[in-house]
Parts: sequence; C-alpha cells; structure tokens
Amino acid sequence: MVRVKKKSFVIMTILGPLLFVGGYAAVFWVAMGSVDLKNVQVLDKSGLFSGKFKDSKTLKFNYISSSLDSAKAKFKGGKDNALVYIPADVIKEPKSVRIYAPKNVSMELKSEIEQVIEKQIEEIKLSEAGITHKILEDSRVNVDSETVSLSDDGEKKSSSGAATVIGGICAFLIYMSVFVYGTQVMRGVTEEKTSRIVEVIISSVKPFQLMMGKIIGVALVGLTQFVLWILLTATLTSAATAVLSSQRPEDAKAITQEMSKMNKDMPNKSMPGGNVDNPIQEVLGAVGSLNIPLIIGCFLFYYLGGYLLYSALFGAVGAAVDNDADTQQFMLPITLPIIFSFIFAQFVLRDPDGSLAFWTSMIPFTSPIIMMVRIPFGVPVWELALSMTLLVLGFMGTTWLAARIYRVGILMYGKKVSYKELAKWVFYK
Amino acid sequence: MNIIEVQNITKDYAEHRALDDVSMNIPRGSIFGLLGPNGAGKTSLIRIINQITGPDQGRILFDGQPLGEKHIGKIGYLPEERGLYKKMKVGEQLLYLAQLKGLSKKEAMEKLKTWFIKFDIKTWWDKSVSDLSKGMQQKVQFVSTVLHEPDLIILDEPFSGFDPINANLIRDEILELKQKGCTIIFSTHRMETVEELCDNIALIHKAKKVLDGPKLLIKEQFKTNTFFVEYKGILDELAGHYEIGKTKELELGYLRTDVQLPDGMSPNNLLTDLLSKVEIRAFGENIPTMSEIFMKAVNEVPEA
Repeated sequence: MVRVKKKSFVIMTILGPLLFVGGYAAVFWVAMGSVDLKNVQVLDKSGLFSGKFKDSKTLKFNYISSSLDSAKAKFKGGKDNALVYIPADVIKEPKSVRIYAPKNVSMELKSEIEQVIEKQIEEIKLSEAGITHKILEDSRVNVDSETVSLSDDGEKKSSSGAATVIGGICAFLIYMSVFVYGTQVMRGVTEEKTSRIVEVIISSVKPFQLMMGKIIGVALVGLTQFVLWILLTATLTSAATAVLSSQRPEDAKAITQEMSKMNKDMPNKSMPGGNVDNPIQEVLGAVGSLNIPLIIGCFLFYYLGGYLLYSALFGAVGAAVDNDADTQQFMLPITLPIIFSFIFAQFVLRDPDGSLAFWTSMIPFTSPIIMMVRIPFGVPVWELALSMTLLVLGFMGTTWLAARIYRVGILMYGKKVSYKELAKWVFYK
Repeated sequence: MNIIEVQNITKDYAEHRALDDVSMNIPRGSIFGLLGPNGAGKTSLIRIINQITGPDQGRILFDGQPLGEKHIGKIGYLPEERGLYKKMKVGEQLLYLAQLKGLSKKEAMEKLKTWFIKFDIKTWWDKSVSDLSKGMQQKVQFVSTVLHEPDLIILDEPFSGFDPINANLIRDEILELKQKGCTIIFSTHRMETVEELCDNIALIHKAKKVLDGPKLLIKEQFKTNTFFVEYKGILDELAGHYEIGKTKELELGYLRTDVQLPDGMSPNNLLTDLLSKVEIRAFGENIPTMSEIFMKAVNEVPEA
C-alpha cells in the first residue's frame, strides 16, 4: 500500500517534465516537416547549368546574368538567401564554385547545390567521353542478395541489414535509458538525503521500501515516456509518409534523394539492396521478416532488467554521498560496464555468434545491451534462457547489496565514504 | 500506565557505543523531556523508538506490547534536522505524509483543513515548499507531525529555528495536545522550556542514563538546602551558626547572600535570626534550575 503511494508520487512529479518531452518531440517532428522557402540566385558564367537547378518545396532558384560584382551588390541589398556563383571554367576547376550568403549556408542547401553541379559536370564529362545517360543507368546493377535463414522451421526470408539496424537501435535505447533513468534514481535519493525529508519518511516506511519505490517509480516513468515516444513517432511517420506519397511525388523523391545522399556519405551502413526508390518500405518489409514479438518481448525484459540492475547501484551511490558533487567518484565503476557493453556491441554486430558475443551476453552487467544486439540475428533458446536467469540473479544481487548500503548511508552525513567504508556498511546489522 | 517502556537498550555503532543499557518509562499523557549533552545518545534512542534503526540489545514496549509496524501510525516524529521535499506543493506533500502514516486521503484532507485554518496558513496550500521561509517550512513540518493524531509525539529540538511568536504557538499546541491525552517526548537543550513544560525528565550522558523521574522529585534531589536573602546590612555575626555562602552586590546598596541551612533546622529559625540583624527585602529557597541540575549531573559522571 505504501509503495503504491510512493510510485504515484514519483510519477506525478515527473509527469510534468514528461509532457514536456512529449511536446518537445512533437515540435521537433513538426519542425522537420516544415522548412522555410529559400531564394537562391544563380550566376552561371559557364552556361552549362541553365535550367538544371530544379525548384523544390524549400528552394527556389533564380537565374541571373551580370558581372559578379554587380550581382554581389544586388544580393546584399536584396532579400535572397544565397547567391551561387559558377565560373566559366568550372569543369576544370570544380572547386571554384562560390556560395555567397549573409550568414552561414545550411548544409542542406550547400549539398543540394553541390549535388546538382556534380551531377551536371559528371554528365558533361561522360558525354564528352562518349557515354550516354542510358549506358550509365544500365551499368548500375542492383545486387540484392536475399538472405534466407535456414533452420528447422523451414526457410524464412531474413534480412541482415534490418537485423543490424534493429539490434543497434535496441542496444542504443537500453544504453541511453539505463544512464538517464539510473541517474534520475540516484539524484532523487541524494535529494531526499540532503533535504532531510528522508528521516521523516523512514519513520514511516522501511528504507528498503523507499529505495524500491523510487526505482519502480522511475521505471514506470521511463516506460511511459517510451510508449509516448513510440506512439508519437509511429503516428507522425505514418502520417508523413501517407501525405507525401499521395500528394507530392516529387517531394517523396526529394526525401529519398536525401536518404540516398546519406547512404553515399555513410558507406558502412548501406541499406539492404540499396533500393533508392523507397528505402522505408524496404526496411519495413525486412523488419517484418524478423521475429517482432520476440524482439519486443526481449527488449522489454532486458530494458527492465538492465535498468533494475544498474539503478539499484545508482541508488546505493546516492545514499552513500552527501550531495550531488560527490557522486562523481562512484559513477565511474558503475558506468564502465555500460560503456564497455556499448563498445562491444559494435563488434558483436559483426560477429553475433562468436565467443565474445556469447560471454558478454551472459554477464549480467553487459547482457542487456549485448543480448539485444544478438537477438535479431537469432539466438538459441537455451542461451537466451541462461542469459535471462543470470540477469534476474544479477539484479536481485545488486538490489540486496544496494539495500544494505542504502539503509546505512541514508542517514549518515559528513563521513567521507570510501570503498572500505561501503564494505563495512554491507555487513552492519 | 506507561506508553513507552525502554528496557535495557544497547546500541553500538562501528566505533562507539551510543546507548549503554538504557532503561526508562514514559507515562501516558505526560510531557517527557529527554535531555543530555550533544552526542549523548538521545537521537539514537529516538531513532530506535521510531523504528528507524534497531537496538543491538534490549527492547521497547509500546502500551505494553513490543514495538512493531502497527505502531507507526500512532507515533509522530519531528526530527531535529528539518526537511521536506522542496519541489512539492505544501498541500500535496502534507497529504502524502499523512497517507504514509496510514490516513486515507479523505481523512487527511479534513484534518488538514482544520490545521490550515488554525495556523492561519490557508494561502500556502498551493505554494511549493521552496517558496516558504525556513520558519514557515517548520510550521508546515510541525503540522505533518501531528496531523494523524498520534498517541505519541516525538519532537527533537522543536523550538530551534522558531521566532518567539511561533515558538509560543508551538508551545501552546504542545499543551493543547497534552490536554487531548497525547504523550509528548521532547529532546532539547533549552532548559527553560523543560522547566516550563515537562512533567518528567530523563538525562542521558555518554550513552548512560543518569537521571530519570518526575521533574519536581529530581529538583528535590538536587536541593542543597540553601536559602537566599536580599538585604541591607552586615551578616557576619551569623557566621558562627550558619554557613554563609556567596555574597553579591545588588542595586541601591542591597546585597544578596546564600546561607546554608543546617540539617534538621527549619527555615523559620534562619528567618528569625536574620530579622534581628539586617533589613530584609527578599527571602527564599534556592531551588535548583534544570540548567543547574543538567550541569551538575553531567559534570559528576566519571569519565568512562
């Protein structure tokens, strides 16, 4: 009964900022969708680009012809966002393109302009060499190897790319949330200690109940925040894709153009098949081939398990110190395993069944992140069961340890706490 | 009928012993003063009664039964180090604390209303605690201590941090609570409050109980059987019969002297003797103050 009240209290006080986050997310997404129209003047001395810059929803191109100086003067007086100057010898000196703007040009504009110029120069050079557009297109072969997982259940279409992405996302989410919520628990505990309210509270409830109440309360807040994020993201993306693909095909293409540019810039994380026309659909299709219910179930389990394990330790640190500043010295040993598991995750992504992967997915301190990385690739059931059991034992262990430190530390002020001291506390009656 | 019986409590912390075989009884409906120098062990004892920590040896009885979880709702505690959740609103926080002590939300609301009107703090309900001054916060915390109408109220240094007006308010509250039948334990250094309010006292020094009993009886114990006289004139002639103590000069030429009365003699004899010798302005018995008793008791305890 008492614990319920604690949880509801925590939820209530943190729900405020939570709505904030939700609002912020909404604003963020809306901002992504709407960008101001920018006017760009193009002074093309080479004559090769007339009509090549296409107006889009965000960029409007104006072709002018005058000397550079008079163009600059006119630009300064006017309200356009940028002036692009392409010199006559641009093919020989591709780096001589200049973009003039009253302040820094956005990356988007810059790369858009560069891309158009590059493409055009490419075409010109190719046609000079005798290769037409058509030949170029034909030479681009789409190799799309379908990965099929061969198992007792029969052949299932699988997708290693999607698996990597999902695994990576899950790992990252767990990593972030353990940090964010764990430190929230710690700060809450320290605040209670410094404001001295703790003495009154533990005249009514046992220290263990107070600690667990706080941990569970923050966990619930975290889950609520997550659900909100996911709902928000899902509704907005589906709304956005529906709107875009139905109403404005050229915008959809612009977006995919962006995405293909992103692909060019990040060769490591290439989308499976490189299907430029609709990468979103490709991913969704591949994702569908993964075992979604299993992934979600495991995600929840490891999310909670990892959080419980670490937040117990965070809570103990909060109880041991007198103020926020002193927590730093104890943060390091707790955060090291989390950081390591994130680093290991990169390696495990490359070799999901190796021995590194196996061991790190068993140890309770690293398993939440590592096991989540492995699951989209398929993990034998016994390994999963073992890892889960160890995690449960792990967080029971850290909770016990934390409780013993908590009940002593929460009323201890002024003592400089060392590890030796903490060890003593564990064995106090 | 004792509401609390402390029986042979011993409590050790890692380096030192905080309570050494301490026993005492706290009668129901009394105002009990728990005294002692800093570090004596008072707060440890209070924490044990509040079930915040447990004793290493001994036990505590509440109304004849071993102290347990069911008694939490019957005890109210105001710690020496005051503290509330800074970001919470006053009304909300008081509701929460009351519920922790076992009240239902409805009950808590009703009682809170009465207290808010009584202390004239109706406007504070929606304010965040950090907006209040320290004295105001302590008032709020006092309300949280008594809200659930406990049988036993423990106040650790209740008057510290209160200006004279609010200190008076608290004092009146304590007396009113006693009228209603509550038992109040308070731990303090301010002897004048002990003088004024307490029925029984106990003194703890260096982990041991040194004094225990009704205040008046203890005062009797410490009486030195001396009397004071304020007068004009010379007292030397009495030196042969009585022990003349210190003499102090007062205003307008008066003197004040302590005179030790021999055992068995009645003060009337002394008075008669004085009447013939000096011009008397005042005469009375030196009843030890709690302050003097405290210092004497503490100084007399041999070093452990």
